[in-house]
Amino acid sequence: MNDKYMIQTDENIKRYISQFESFEKSLNGELQSPIHTIRRTAIEQFLKLGFPTTKDEEWRFTNITPLIRTEFIPSFENPICPVSEKQLEKICIKKIPGQRLVFIDGRYSSDLSVVNPQQPNIHIGSLAEAIKKLPDLVHQHILHNNDGEKNVFTALNSSFLQDGAFIMLPDGTTVKNPVYLLFVSTGENTPIISHPRNLIIAGDDCRVSIIEHYVGVGMNPYFTNTVTQIAAGKNSIIVHSKIQNESVKAFHIGSIYIKQDEASNVTSNSIMIGGEIVRNNIIALLAAERIKCTMNGLSLASSQQLIDNHTTIDHAKPHCSSHELFKAILGGRSKGVFNGKIYVRKDAQKTDAKQTNKTLLLSDMATINTKPQLEIFADDVKCTHGATTGFLDADAIFYLRSRGISEDIARDILTYAFANDIINRISVQPIREHLNHFIYTRLKQGRQLENM
Amino acid sequence: MLEIKNLHASINGNEILKGINLKVNVGEVHAIMGPNGSGKSTLAQVLAGRETYLVTEGEVIYNGKNLLEMKPEERAREGIFLAFQYPIEIPGVSNTYFLKAALNAIRKHKGIEELDAVEFLVLMKKKMRLVDIDQELLNRPVNEGFSGGEKKRNEIFQMAVLEPKLAILDETDSGLDIDALKIVADGVTKLKRPDNATIVVTHYQRLLNYIVPDFVHVLVDGKIVKSGGKELAFKLEEIGYDWVREKIEVKT
Repeated sequence: MNDKYMIQTDENIKRYISQFESFEKSLNGELQSPIHTIRRTAIEQFLKLGFPTTKDEEWRFTNITPLIRTEFIPSFENPICPVSEKQLEKICIKKIPGQRLVFIDGRYSSDLSVVNPQQPNIHIGSLAEAIKKLPDLVHQHILHNNDGEKNVFTALNSSFLQDGAFIMLPDGTTVKNPVYLLFVSTGENTPIISHPRNLIIAGDDCRVSIIEHYVGVGMNPYFTNTVTQIAAGKNSIIVHSKIQNESVKAFHIGSIYIKQDEASNVTSNSIMIGGEIVRNNIIALLAAERIKCTMNGLSLASSQQLIDNHTTIDHAKPHCSSHELFKAILGGRSKGVFNGKIYVRKDAQKTDAKQTNKTLLLSDMATINTKPQLEIFADDVKCTHGATTGFLDADAIFYLRSRGISEDIARDILTYAFANDIINRISVQPIREHLNHFIYTRLKQGRQLENM
Repeated sequence: MLEIKNLHASINGNEILKGINLKVNVGEVHAIMGPNGSGKSTLAQVLAGRETYLVTEGEVIYNGKNLLEMKPEERAREGIFLAFQYPIEIPGVSNTYFLKAALNAIRKHKGIEELDAVEFLVLMKKKMRLVDIDQELLNRPVNEGFSGGEKKRNEIFQMAVLEPKLAILDETDSGLDIDALKIVADGVTKLKRPDNATIVVTHYQRLLNYIVPDFVHVLVDGKIVKSGGKELAFKLEEIGYDWVREKIEVKT
């Protein structure tokens, strides 16, 4: 590394420090609060860690230099860009029956949101409001450092911790309809950075389905640096679906931290279809017995997109099962990365863990780097992993053509089927419809296929 | 209907077909028999348009058109159907969806109105009876997890729906027990009409007990070495292919 690069890096770090200083000024009276202590610890961590390079094992295949060099403006320094209902209707997932929380450049918009009258002890709203009204509760549940010790972007998110979704469900709560969190980035004139922080805390015996949807409306670069924490109480059933469809020049780095208690069942769906450089981290801690953890992933990339999924499933206790299937469809010169860690701790006997990664390459120029990482310290366990990469099956294409189906449509049918395998696993029907339509628009003969 | 003249084809530089001549008329059933590796399946695949085989010489005229210039899907739309020896499994694509897409592509080509979902379902129900196929199989992804017999039955079911002019059955009997064989053969016989033709490619004679051919051709080492009526099949079954081989050796 030469000196010039070091100075460059320093300047890039310094920019965030000065942003933090002006952020502190904007907070006024909040500086003495325990929440702010978390921010201060986090910015120190950020300083200590610095931005990663491709020399870091965790970032080997994901070069984020363009992201580091871009001079983003924090959303709190930028006037709120208005987004109309009409604009929103165009980009949102239609027909989701439940509550909708809308965030514009990371800030909660009560005008665009639809929330039910609150029942006692059930909190579904913005984090900013919760910090004001229930600071102790937020402080108690928010991750102080956790993986942030290693993850510089989580540290950065915690430094600028201010808004996002706050969902807290007491024991025995069933939320009937999915809760839809919609994050819109405007990216109109200035490259904006936002740090949404979502806190989802479910007590024992809860049932809830949460959708996190990230979209951009502008053509300019922006950076979404998001962190979601999910805590699933005993016997709880949680479905979390993240649909990342940022605009073409956007950067998206997100981490989802899941902590599961006894006999809970968490399904995490990750659909990565937008953005220029995308990193999706999911870290699940199976902290008690008889837990079920399912992770489904679908990445769809073309042109120069880079989509990186890093997952960690930590089996800490016996009799838990995890099932992970990540698929990617890569066209153009796009790049995919999959890194799947599974830890089976010494205590975690009778663990049943399955990891599968499948990549479909639609072009010769597209690449995938896939790496399963299994670390097993228990002896009575069942752990499997497998990775496949390839082009569309020539035999299958011929089979379809031999029945009268044109080559283009045969390719589209097979590509669609590859993606559909994941889409069908998502229990929320409006999401499936939304994604099906999206995939059809990406296919050559999609319109014809959609009508078939 | 079909005229194959001096057809040569190779794969990876190895010549498999070394000058095939064959004429099939409307209403006829032809059986092509031969030992393993003689080129039977290659012939079937070349007729269906498989691009992994390179045609190096000869021509194939189908209903007055140069078949070799047509893409596989064009051949299918013009009425050629290959029942695969090893039907392909296609995860994620339901049998019904696949078959409806295929039928409508063919209908569109013929200038007939495409079928909607309900019309297609009615047609399917009718054709299902013909090959005794289970509805449940049709809702499943194409051939995925099907037994050998189910796969073959599915091929004949597709044939029933698509109503080809020229059906080529590639080793449709292989891997079938006698009951499944009867059902498949029965389906093929029911689909036989005076205005279509069938080529049955097989190693064994037993299928020909149920699908009675008008002509039998013996393919050895990429060439048809003997043609005759159905009695030729019985002779082959009785004394094996060595008999034909010896005859060639004597000739050369």
